[in-house]
Amino acid sequence: MTATAVKIPTPARSKTAIIDCDIHNNVPSEDALYPYLPERWLRYGERFGVRSYRYSGAYYPRANPAAARTDAWPPTGLPGSDLGFLREQLLDAWNVEYGVLNPLIDDGAPGQLNLEYAAAVATAINDWQIQEWLDPEPRLRASLVVPYEDGDLAAAEIDRLGGDSRFVQVLLLARTGEPLGRRKYWKLYEAAERHGLPVGIHFGGLGGHAITGAGWPSFYLEDHVGMPQTFQAQVASFVFEGVFERFPALKVVLIEGGLAWLPPLMWRMDRAWERLRDEVPDVDKPPSTYVREHFWLTTQPMEEPPKREQFLQLLAQLAMDDKLMFATDYPHWDFDAPDQAFPARLPADLERRIMNGNARALYRL
Amino acid sequence: MNPDVGHGIVDCDIHLVVPSIEVLLPYLNDHWRAYIRETSFKGPIDTSYPRGAATSGYPQTDRPDGAIPGSDIAQTRAEVLDAWGTEYGILTCAYAVESVRNPFAAAALAAAVNDWQLREWLDREPRLRGSVVVPSQDPELAAREIDRVGDHPAFVQVYLPVRSEALYGTRRYYPIHEAALRHDLAIGIHFGGQPGNPPTAVGWPSHYVEEYVGMAHVFQSQLIGLVTEGVFDRFPALRVVLIEGGVSWLPSLMWRLDKEWKGLRREVPWVRRLPSAYIREHVRLTMQPLDAPPDPARLLEVIDHLGSEDLLMFATDFPHRHSDGRPDALLHGLPEPLKRKITRENARAFYALP
Amino acid sequence: MKHVVASVDEIPPGGRKIVEVAGRSVGVFNLEGEFFALRNSCPHQGGELCRGPLSGWVSSRGPGDYDYSRPGEILRCPWHGWEFDIKTGQSWFDPRRVRVRSYEVFVEVSAPPEDDAAGAVEGPEKGPYVAETYPVSVERRSVVVDVPS
Ligand code: FES
Repeated sequence: MTATAVKIPTPARSKTAIIDCDIHNNVPSEDALYPYLPERWLRYGERFGVRSYRYSGAYYPRANPAAARTDAWPPTGLPGSDLGFLREQLLDAWNVEYGVLNPLIDDGAPGQLNLEYAAAVATAINDWQIQEWLDPEPRLRASLVVPYEDGDLAAAEIDRLGGDSRFVQVLLLARTGEPLGRRKYWKLYEAAERHGLPVGIHFGGLGGHAITGAGWPSFYLEDHVGMPQTFQAQVASFVFEGVFERFPALKVVLIEGGLAWLPPLMWRMDRAWERLRDEVPDVDKPPSTYVREHFWLTTQPMEEPPKREQFLQLLAQLAMDDKLMFATDYPHWDFDAPDQAFPARLPADLERRIMNGNARALYRL
Repeated sequence: MNPDVGHGIVDCDIHLVVPSIEVLLPYLNDHWRAYIRETSFKGPIDTSYPRGAATSGYPQTDRPDGAIPGSDIAQTRAEVLDAWGTEYGILTCAYAVESVRNPFAAAALAAAVNDWQLREWLDREPRLRGSVVVPSQDPELAAREIDRVGDHPAFVQVYLPVRSEALYGTRRYYPIHEAALRHDLAIGIHFGGQPGNPPTAVGWPSHYVEEYVGMAHVFQSQLIGLVTEGVFDRFPALRVVLIEGGVSWLPSLMWRLDKEWKGLRREVPWVRRLPSAYIREHVRLTMQPLDAPPDPARLLEVIDHLGSEDLLMFATDFPHRHSDGRPDALLHGLPEPLKRKITRENARAFYALP
Repeated sequence: MKHVVASVDEIPPGGRKIVEVAGRSVGVFNLEGEFFALRNSCPHQGGELCRGPLSGWVSSRGPGDYDYSRPGEILRCPWHGWEFDIKTGQSWFDPRRVRVRSYEVFVEVSAPPEDDAAGAVEGPEKGPYVAETYPVSVERRSVVVDVPS
């Protein structure tokens, strides 16, 4: 019998239609944004390049080129930059009903030291998303890129595009210049609340500090494993600064942080609040109450406890069945496969909610 | 006397507080005595435990005589050792010498604290064991201090504040780990520290409660660093105890670290086994606070997720008060053999207590 | 059942070809003239294992020591980067979680990486995961893979 080399057929591996809450679209190369940048900033970018807090692959060479699955490179350009390829490898292959784009374009808006340039780049990225992604592909939704280190500039961009219902949230990166509960970000939350947009906080970023509370680690493994510590600091800041008392309709999505760290954080915050609440009189409910009301979590990268029942126990400890949303993180190397990522079999109803129901409700899809 | 834990416990976190720089003067040389007098230097300011914060425990234990809790041996005897029927108590001293930028002044203060601790506490009370205070910002000077006092049998560990300029797993701190091993001392990483850099990756939080909650994240970063940077491979006999940093976060950290190591281990090939295996072998945690789930039934779940009954060691953390309940309330409902391990056997084995 | 999957010239040393045989995707590799076949599906989450980068085995005598050996013999999954020995399908870490898979077939495991055998460098424990491998032979300039039907 003779076999021939074939392209691997990719029948949809997941039967359930999924809503993928973390897809990274990218520019094929940096000049793709040029048509969307005003002359002044185009020239600025050419002459001075990027000046930012951002650390990059130069600090910690990542597992793979572009931190991507090595099978996710389209015929030309960077992973995530070719809509046709992304359709085939992700949307069709995995039965994706809706996908939420979180562009993490290298040298993009976050962390630019020149805030006006950051605003111009954010605007360019959003316009590029409309033209190249949202208009041609009805299954896609996108996060709004904003210069989040300045509340006014961020609010202006939210007001500019907040009426386009294909933008379903505002995108921040976890490592910010200050803890996210602090006043400098409040204008952003006010604008997000005004437009009914959740604020999504995604893995990554850099705000000018070492990436742990005790200096710089040496390895990418530590950088990558260490992201939940940053998420924890942000959750505590939101809660104890009283952000949810000021913005009671604000919804926050924690993207690519995993989820197992959250129950112990809630236990610790609740206990600390019982002892120290006189310092934060505005916070008049136990922290876990705010967390369960205002935070959503994407599931990737899913923690993998050694025993199945431990994963189910984790979900019970979390008690946020209506707040968990599935994400693949395509095209990145720590991609979660929709049909195999869960370490244990979930009750059918819960699985449906995680795979699509919760995201459908939050993002009003 | 305590119905739940009985006599003979090992208490792994009893605070020793330097009440003022005055008590150290007899242990400093002429130069430093003059320097302190001429500059009115008051010594490091301890902001890790604000005086009025309920967790710091001062209001509850403030005494009519004005003795600062943890600074008076008679008080510690009565309120901790006798009250709990303690067989061994491990003193921890958060005197923040790491905040003093002059490394020689920091080293002199550390030495004075250690001599004061020896003379006024350890020599006078056989139930107590001590932690060596070191200028951790300068590992070479720290190693020198460990060599100076480390052979005294009452010292059982080196005290390192969890907040530091760099991760204790990095090469820079090898001299401290080497010195600890030379004298058969454990490394005790403790809540607090004043290294000058922010306690989170996103800068300085506004409130003490955030800093307090966030201390657990710094413990997590330190632990990830110790395993990943290869300290346990390089120093296979090293023993580390995480003191006053919470416990319940550990399973989530092990799950995540194990998972990612499988794909990224080429970057750190000296990590030869699952990271969680190193943690279970080399690391212990004091269980005050524990940050337990509100439902006591779930506490056993968390202990099961730790994957070992050898990791937890009882502590009162006197005079700090992390909850309204007594420290031993956490032990309610645990099986008797596990209780024994937590209150006695784990610490006896870890510190090789007679 | 035996399947002819390529001519010998089609897969030069260091090369690979991914083919479909008996309803499953299989990667055939040429290591210095010797052929090996692995199922193109990672035992972890089912990534297309055989499309992953080929590299060597990295071991260590301690922090800072990187010993690179057996170039081209270690296949890294294109998704999460788990490492598999092309010759045996053996994975080299110790994932405790074993998911029951309907097609799971454990092939015989031959010697561990040569470094271990020589005792020069202490390696990690062998994991319970083994990527499915198939016997390969060369018959009249054709590469033949034996895949159970
Ligand atoms: S699917 Fe291959 S390593 Fe995860």
